[in-house]
Amino acid sequence: MSELKRASTFLSDNSGDPTMTQASTSETPAAIRADVRDLKFWYGKFQALNGVSMPIHDRKVTAIIGPSGCGKSTLLRCFNRIHDLYPGVRYEGEINLAPEHINLVAKGIDPILVRLLVGMVFQKPNPFPKSIFENVAAGLYVRGIRNKSEVEGRVEEALRQAAIWNEVKDRLNKPAFELSGGQQQRLCIARALAPKPKLLLLDEPTSALDPIATAKIEELMDSLVKDVTILIVTHNLAQAARISKYTAFMHMGNLVEFGETEQLFTNPAVTQTQDYVTGRFG
Amino acid sequence: MSQSLDEGQTFAALKSSGFLRRGRVVAQAMQIILFACAALSVFITGAILWVLVSESWLFFSQIPLVTFLTDTQWTPAFTNARYGILPLLSATLWAAGIAMAVATPLGLVLSVYLSEFAQPRVREVLKPILEMLAAVPTVVFGYFALLFLTPLAKQFIPGLSGFNLLVPGFVMGIMILPYVVSISEDAMRAVPMTLREGAFALGMSRWRTAFSVVIPGAFSGVTAAYLLAFARAVGETMVVAIAAGQNPNLTADPREGAATITAYIVQMSLGDLPHGSLAYSTIFATGLVLFLITLAFNVLGFFLRRKFREAY
Repeated sequence: MSELKRASTFLSDNSGDPTMTQASTSETPAAIRADVRDLKFWYGKFQALNGVSMPIHDRKVTAIIGPSGCGKSTLLRCFNRIHDLYPGVRYEGEINLAPEHINLVAKGIDPILVRLLVGMVFQKPNPFPKSIFENVAAGLYVRGIRNKSEVEGRVEEALRQAAIWNEVKDRLNKPAFELSGGQQQRLCIARALAPKPKLLLLDEPTSALDPIATAKIEELMDSLVKDVTILIVTHNLAQAARISKYTAFMHMGNLVEFGETEQLFTNPAVTQTQDYVTGRFG
Repeated sequence: MSQSLDEGQTFAALKSSGFLRRGRVVAQAMQIILFACAALSVFITGAILWVLVSESWLFFSQIPLVTFLTDTQWTPAFTNARYGILPLLSATLWAAGIAMAVATPLGLVLSVYLSEFAQPRVREVLKPILEMLAAVPTVVFGYFALLFLTPLAKQFIPGLSGFNLLVPGFVMGIMILPYVVSISEDAMRAVPMTLREGAFALGMSRWRTAFSVVIPGAFSGVTAAYLLAFARAVGETMVVAIAAGQNPNLTADPREGAATITAYIVQMSLGDLPHGSLAYSTIFATGLVLFLITLAFNVLGFFLRRKFREAY
């Protein structure tokens, strides 16, 4: 309940929020970064997604919410085909990524190519067993960027974007494991940002962190969204309300409702959504 | 049972009953037995070291250490005896080095394949077969090297002697492969899946993930595997005693035969040397050298593991 109170407080006094005002005043529809069409997904024989369709708006935060096991992480993980690591999975449908409208889940598309386009940050920080610098540079090396000054420049840029530069600039060659959990997660965000992804996936990025580290990452998302399209899965409804422009509510592998966050939280079209966002179930 | 426990009296009676007292005695006894088992292995190691040091005392009291370490001839059975460990040591290191040169790349590729690429079914078949290599008696490996591989290799390598270091070194490399693969594959599989997901999410291929994330993540385990394998190769006896010859020979050419430390010990132990003679004490002096080499590698492995231990 307390979470909900915070969410509604935020919603009621967000009139001064610049991104909100901008969105409501601009009449032109926002560009679409990715378009999900009738996406179905199977783990072996179990169907985890039953035909999901939704747009991902360019340079906005889109949040996916829903009870545990509803398929929200499954949906997110389709966007970079990380499911392909495990045997017996199957996709049907489309995720078309602008501007070339490549269908990310098509059989003929190399999953590695998909991952070169789409960045991802996981629930638990997973820095590699390397130095801080090498962690951020890893994605650049993969893309063949080896020029020393360019790598250094982009590592610094990514660390600045991830709001961790000041904390690590004097110890770039220290192992990443020495950082705190919150710092490790921001390092992972920097690692995902360094190659300039077309889409950044965040899979419950703050659920393993304390409230202060969480606040830092939320703040960070606010500033990142100027340049990057963000798709985030979160268990925390208040977080979805605070940081996202659009929200998708999922249940049992179905997309129940998709809409502007403000509308979905205050005036949902579906009773099930209302029950969930007001805490009656889930 | 639960009913009786509810009653305080029965509970107190149970507490002082013979049943529980016996349980305590058994627990005490078990603890002592288990400690004794652990202590025994420490004691045996200590005893072996004591025997090695005390028996080689005679040797080092007559032969200066500098001579032992720098003389280039090892002829303790001759009338004009020379006691330089270098020929034996160089043969030992040559054979073990060749074994590692075979086992290192092969073991790394195999363990990466098994942990990162192989389908579960392939792995389930391949790994036990590979581990069966470790079940082959070393004497079989020795005769395999001497009677099959050496004649075969002679056709390709000019100047290869019947006894040589190259072929037994190669065979030892194959022999230690199961140790290397088994341990390093376990270490690689212990690297959490989240790290691999992170690497794949950056667009890394499987090979790249293996070499830039999984192997560094499993570094301590992989290193331990190689150090263990090296210690095993240094101490290996049968293969080199059979296929590398019995002739102490300081050489830089692995096509020649040369006795290793272990081969020398076998040779001397089989002869009837008078107890307490200088020749007899050479067995213990060379054994001590062998012990120190493997000890050094174990200690090195211990520190490497501590330094690079990854906490997940």
